[in-house]
Amino acid sequence: MYKNVNPLVLTNARIIDPANNVDEAGAVIVQDGTILAAGAEALNQGAPDGAKTVDCHGAVVAPGLIDMGVSVGEPGAEHRETLESASRAAAVGGVTTILTSPNTDPVIDDPALVDFMLRRARDTAIVNVHPMAALTKGLAGKDMSEIGLLKEAGAVAFSNDRLPITNSSVLVRLLTYARDFDALVVHQAQDKDLAGSGVMNAGLRASWLGLGGIPREAEFVAIERDMRLVAMAKGKYHARLISCPQSAEAIQKAKNDGLNVTAGISINHLTLNENDIGPYRTFHKMSPPLRTEDDRQAMVKALADGTIDIIMSDHNPQDVETKRHPFAEAEYGALGLETMLGAGMRLVLNEDISLSKLLATMTCNPADRLGLPAGRLSKGAPADLIVFDPQKPWIVEKDKIRSRSKNTPFEDETLTGRVLTTIVAGGILDHDAI
Amino acid sequence: MSKKTTHRSSAFPHRHLLGIEGLQPPHINYLLDLADEAVEVSRQVEKQKAVLRGRTQINLFFEASTRTQSSFELAGKRLGADVMNMSVSTSSVKKGETLIDTAATLNAMRPDLLVVRHHAAGAVHLLARKVGCAVVNAGDGPHEHPTQALLDALTIRRHKGTLGGLTVAICGDIRHSRVARSNIILLSNMGARVRVIAPSTLLPSGIHSMGVEVFTDMREGLKGCDIVMMLRLQRERMSGAFVPSVREYFRYHGLDSEKLSYAKPDALVMHPGPMNRGVEISAEVADGPQSLIREQVEMGVAIRMAVLEALAQNLPDNN
Repeated sequence: MYKNVNPLVLTNARIIDPANNVDEAGAVIVQDGTILAAGAEALNQGAPDGAKTVDCHGAVVAPGLIDMGVSVGEPGAEHRETLESASRAAAVGGVTTILTSPNTDPVIDDPALVDFMLRRARDTAIVNVHPMAALTKGLAGKDMSEIGLLKEAGAVAFSNDRLPITNSSVLVRLLTYARDFDALVVHQAQDKDLAGSGVMNAGLRASWLGLGGIPREAEFVAIERDMRLVAMAKGKYHARLISCPQSAEAIQKAKNDGLNVTAGISINHLTLNENDIGPYRTFHKMSPPLRTEDDRQAMVKALADGTIDIIMSDHNPQDVETKRHPFAEAEYGALGLETMLGAGMRLVLNEDISLSKLLATMTCNPADRLGLPAGRLSKGAPADLIVFDPQKPWIVEKDKIRSRSKNTPFEDETLTGRVLTTIVAGGILDHDAI
Repeated sequence: MSKKTTHRSSAFPHRHLLGIEGLQPPHINYLLDLADEAVEVSRQVEKQKAVLRGRTQINLFFEASTRTQSSFELAGKRLGADVMNMSVSTSSVKKGETLIDTAATLNAMRPDLLVVRHHAAGAVHLLARKVGCAVVNAGDGPHEHPTQALLDALTIRRHKGTLGGLTVAICGDIRHSRVARSNIILLSNMGARVRVIAPSTLLPSGIHSMGVEVFTDMREGLKGCDIVMMLRLQRERMSGAFVPSVREYFRYHGLDSEKLSYAKPDALVMHPGPMNRGVEISAEVADGPQSLIREQVEMGVAIRMAVLEALAQNLPDNN
């Protein structure tokens, strides 16, 4: 699978390294799995002895993407996805580091299970895998998990996945306790009672379709609460996924107040809206729900102005048995690893944000928040790289999806911008062989 | 209430012992001196003194406690008092009205000394206002446990000679601990440097303004300490509400010999009991050469003798 070429020089490339504010013609020199030099300065540096040079023909070379929201299905739902299949999907999508969600069976709430994930990943995955551990035991939202021991075992962040913690006392204690270990609390804020039995964005569209609605208030009332609790506990908080402008306002205010807060969003909520549900397309059933076009545009703006820090794929493999149901009864979730960058390019082509800014939200921003050395082309950083043609169009074909599940919301759509080569720790992954 | 005083009353000018708060260093030293004498008495074959002869002491425990109650019982008996134990099971007690009714009933029996433990902070203060005798707080909710702090002080003073200048770390469930509150006040007043070490969820709010140094990392907090005081962690707080599990608590906040090695080599280890071995303290440390835990129990009887004697001096009609 890997072609190990050491040392390696990628030349004739447009080097984009948002962490170091680099967007220039240049080269990248890789030795022993780490970056030796990158950018225009690497052109003047002689190639190390025995180096193999790869001509990128003007393509972009950037840090490999880091995806903070990936459900892998392993352990417990291996028929939908495994670490191995998710890592293949990641590799062709240019994602070189995935953070796995703890929503497996069993839930990752024990240090031995973190260890299991790391060992399975080492043995089967072709990209870097960092497990997130459950914030509460069994994701039940009641008893805090062993944040200290889980972090020592290798958990990089703590999340209750898509399940909100409704009990404010539990959340404030978690934020307080996690602070002692400098642990990041990742929370999907939602007021369960306001969300009720809703299955899509509340409003005209839901009313015509005869589907229960989830109002924006279900999200931003909870986000506003969370910001108060973060202030109370002085905790370290990441809003997992926000989908409406009022949530972004609350995040922005918290940041202005000096709280240790960041926010994420899924690529779906930046590129799709509730109209894409059309005639009850269950692949577009997501949690939180796709909102209106006005909301989507507001979120893109919040991304551009830095209120939203991190884009994730929110990769959630589901199969026929969970998706081929009436809309209200189908599972939430969509694939995302293979299409995150291509879909994100729509924002760049639409001139909503620059390519460098888009890449920052998928590379150095998550890396900085998680304390990972990856996501940048600094000297000594891990040589996780993508060679990427931002102009190349491609069609999302179901048969070519590497994931074990096929629930992509972009089926048969044309995306512009294709990852040509993925490099993990200096090893070149041949896409045709993945 | 008439208050006929004796010549020694100026040494301890308090009618009740409701808390450490309000005690001045000379009063504390007076009790510790008296307790030193009581230790000698207790170590003789003839352990009886007659200072409380004819006096009636009632131990009124609304919350079960074997060791504190028997310690007070023994202290009263060694001073010659008639001691009666009243254990009021919490289920039969119905809120404040009944507490006052109980007090009125007891008062009619004309006791001289009333030792009270109650699960609610402030209950002992309330009771003290309703009775004519001297009241000793044997622990009121998470508020104060003055005789525990005094016995800790006695134990420390007998080993280190003084309290002033010592660095004392109080470790564990500070938030819910009456022992911690009483010790923070006493030790600070006596010139010791007090540190508290706990996970942030077990620190009370406002702790940074209590005149103590606050640590959440135990090794960091234990550096250079003369005294390490451990606190008991209640079982219901171990499984996710305040700390995630026993094993995680022991890993980061349980005192084992490795963590203890960060304190001074001659540091002494204390625990108010009863201990949870393997939760807040390892058996190795609890039974080790630096442990004063057994001795604390002996000092408990002595300090309670001193407190009862001091309060008896201020009782009316005393000669």
